[in-house]
Amino acid sequence: MNTFPGLDYLIPLVFLLFAGATVGGALIAVFTRWIIRSVCGLAMASVGLAGMFYFLNSPFLAMIHILIYIGAVCITIVFAIMLAEPDEPGFAAGSHSLPWTLGAAVVAGGLFLGLTHISLTGDWQTPAVRTSDGSVERIGIALVTTQSLALEIIALVLLVSILGALAVARKGRHME
Amino acid sequence: MNMLAWPQNPSVYLLIAALLLAIGVFGLLRRQTLVGMLISGELIFGAAMLNMMAVNRFFVEDPATGQVFVLFIMGLSAAEVAIALSIVIAVYRNYRSIQTRELSEMKG
Repeated sequence: MNTFPGLDYLIPLVFLLFAGATVGGALIAVFTRWIIRSVCGLAMASVGLAGMFYFLNSPFLAMIHILIYIGAVCITIVFAIMLAEPDEPGFAAGSHSLPWTLGAAVVAGGLFLGLTHISLTGDWQTPAVRTSDGSVERIGIALVTTQSLALEIIALVLLVSILGALAVARKGRHME
Repeated sequence: MNMLAWPQNPSVYLLIAALLLAIGVFGLLRRQTLVGMLISGELIFGAAMLNMMAVNRFFVEDPATGQVFVLFIMGLSAAEVAIALSIVIAVYRNYRSIQTRELSEMKG
């Protein structure tokens, strides 16, 4: 028995808060006309996703997600917004027509319905036994033993992307 | 459906991931600037990560595997953002605009 009334509802309430932040932030990111608000929506969705990761038994990934998405991705996009002028054109100035938006909504709705059907009716098997607890220690051991090749490849991808970003940005500078 | 059991129900996470993917695809089709499309792409990455984590938490024997995969997805999305934003800067230098409507010609 709990000594404090309503304590049972605290955890679902926090969960709903994070779920609402995820979906609401994503909606803000997509529907607003000003890109800076869109970035704020992305940050809000990232906080919600980090909370989801916490509920999914992975506080480590929640921390890393906030670190990378809000600390790196959003800040980098804000830098790009300061260097370019990325606001969406007004609805009067030749924006997308209504049929285009409706088509996008139909595609997205179909995708959502199909995925929902697969998720709810799929034959998901819960394993009888867990071979590890998924702690940070286990993640570290997996990174350098079973997943070491993937780790090397992701390191190569990051190196190539840094060099490619430098080359692309520098080339535009030369042509000016 | 019992609301108290939602944090322990895999369907809730899978539905949120599907919704996030649908919102991201909708934004990718609707947005008219490169930065807006990039943000929608990040939402799609987020949907993939949430789906991976949900399956990892409820249906996988070794929960470390999915977390490692999500780490790799984060690395890929960070690399994608770096490349895409440098392309955005280069395009803006040449065209003085990053609206997709005006980027209709290519030159090697």
